[in-house]
Amino acid sequence: MSMTEERQRAYIGKHLAEAQINVELHHEDMVLNIGPQHPATHGTLRVVVKLDGERVVAADPVIGYMHRGYEKIVEYRSYPQVTTLINRIDWLSSFANEVPFIHAAEQIMGIEAPPRAQYIRTVLTELSRIATFIVFLGDMGAQVGAVTPVFYAFRDREHVLNLIEAATGGRFHPNFNRIGGLKDDLPSGWITETRRVMGKVFESCDTFENLLQGNEIFHVRTKGIGIIPADIGKGYGVSGSNLRASGVDWDLRRDGAPYLAYPEVDFKVWTHPGGDSFSRYWVRLQETREAARIVLDLLDRLPAGPVMAKVPRIIKVPAGESWVRVENPLGEMGYYVISKGATGPFRVKIRSASFSNVSILPWVLKGVYVPDLITILASLYFILGDIDR
Amino acid sequence: MSDQPSDDAPQDPAEDAPEAPDAPEETAAAPEPAEPAPAVLPEHEGWLAALAADLGDDIVEAVSNHGDLVVRVKREAWHRAAEVARTRLGCEYLSFISAIDWLPRPDPPNWDPDAPSAPVQPKEMTFGAAGGEGRFQVFACVESTDDVTQVILKTDVNEQNPSVASWTDVFPGADWHERECWEMYGIEFEGHPHLRHLYLPAEFEGNPGRKDFPLLSRETKPWPGLVDVELMPGSDEEPAEEASA
Repeated sequence: MSMTEERQRAYIGKHLAEAQINVELHHEDMVLNIGPQHPATHGTLRVVVKLDGERVVAADPVIGYMHRGYEKIVEYRSYPQVTTLINRIDWLSSFANEVPFIHAAEQIMGIEAPPRAQYIRTVLTELSRIATFIVFLGDMGAQVGAVTPVFYAFRDREHVLNLIEAATGGRFHPNFNRIGGLKDDLPSGWITETRRVMGKVFESCDTFENLLQGNEIFHVRTKGIGIIPADIGKGYGVSGSNLRASGVDWDLRRDGAPYLAYPEVDFKVWTHPGGDSFSRYWVRLQETREAARIVLDLLDRLPAGPVMAKVPRIIKVPAGESWVRVENPLGEMGYYVISKGATGPFRVKIRSASFSNVSILPWVLKGVYVPDLITILASLYFILGDIDR
Repeated sequence: MSDQPSDDAPQDPAEDAPEAPDAPEETAAAPEPAEPAPAVLPEHEGWLAALAADLGDDIVEAVSNHGDLVVRVKREAWHRAAEVARTRLGCEYLSFISAIDWLPRPDPPNWDPDAPSAPVQPKEMTFGAAGGEGRFQVFACVESTDDVTQVILKTDVNEQNPSVASWTDVFPGADWHERECWEMYGIEFEGHPHLRHLYLPAEFEGNPGRKDFPLLSRETKPWPGLVDVELMPGSDEEPAEEASA
């Protein structure tokens, strides 16, 4: 009896040891490619992650699949031609992209757009913000497995895009800003229609809130996931809603150098102390509503007058340089324009929000699970054109 | 096209007016870096004093440019400038790091300076706000999110062997900015953990951001608006020229 028991123990012990070895063999890190083609990447971002089981040990974002070299190309273009290009940086809010560049050129030239143009620019910037964030709200649901909000998002965004199209002629690439003002005034009936659509925006925000926050799975999947502490975020240059979701009360519309009609608007800057994926979603939801409120407020006070200042027919920007950064839907967007007195810029440094927002990925993805990786990517909300430029 | 100059004539004062205040300031500031004080706005004096307390003589020049404080420091003080801006001014937020190549761009072949929309750049090397020295300049913007403090720092780097200290240990976000700057302008960042290509493929040669790196599409077509008439197969050159004229 004791003999067989001994043999049994030896047998079990041997197999246990082998099993142990097998477990160790399967414990090797695995390298997984996420993207370049993945719905969470809004384009072609590739994230190479090293996995230990389901946990991310290290992450390395690979960018540049959509690098178009705008900083180089604009050196060969004249000022009016540049806006056509920079429209395509963050294509969901193209109008907002044009504003800081035009503003920088105007600053060097020492001209200022008339008040009506400033107000219309502000309204259209806020409409771009709404259009961008509605896509985010739908997409955020899709990344946690709720497909319904996506359909609502693309349906509701269309109302806003129709407004932008009616005013500028382009759904995505308006190219509506001119140095010294705007191409055209607003079409008749546009203001009434915009007021009506803003009502719809409030409704759709409520819909998204019900659909997402009303679902417990959404809370579980986003709360406490992908926490970015404020000081780390600042060091990486994370800006916009992402930084405000880490509790930093900083909005360039209010805190930066005065631009457009924002100094005359009273609006609330929303922050959330959480720093996690949920906070980033929540801040953007509130900002969508706030943007609609700003639009309604501005439409009530839209000044009369021309939309174009007196500018020479051929734009020549005198020698000088100017750094203009603004609060775009995705974060801090800035143009450092250096002019040497020619019809085209000498050098333009484009500071795009998503580039810095995504550069934090190696830090924030360390230790998360693969499914959470997707929600973190979705909640950081970047546009590939805004990373790669 | 021919009646454009006459259209412009009445607006000429408007065109000249903004140039007038800028031009003397630029020419006066560049050769005399000894007196930076009057160029700084009163609201920037405090920030500059805070920087100068630590950096001292390493500040070469400082000006206020369209509401921004631009400080040019010596190359050796580049890293310390970041530390001082972060600790003394509370600029914890890194906006960007990039470089400027001040070399005038060599015109591409077939470049027609008289083409109506071809931007023509001046042929002599001039520098921007806070001056410059040599061809390459590294510049960066740091900000404080608590107040409106924002400083643009610049430093000149050697043209033959451009290198400057890395900021990665002060601002973690400097990593990507410096990688981009390295691949586009060929500027070495000493102390950067791993300088490798960011946008371009790993085997790419050259630094596309430099002014002497040709933009291939402009080599073949002088400016983007040019009408491009391709010959139909089998046809002679005659009809094509008619079409373009």
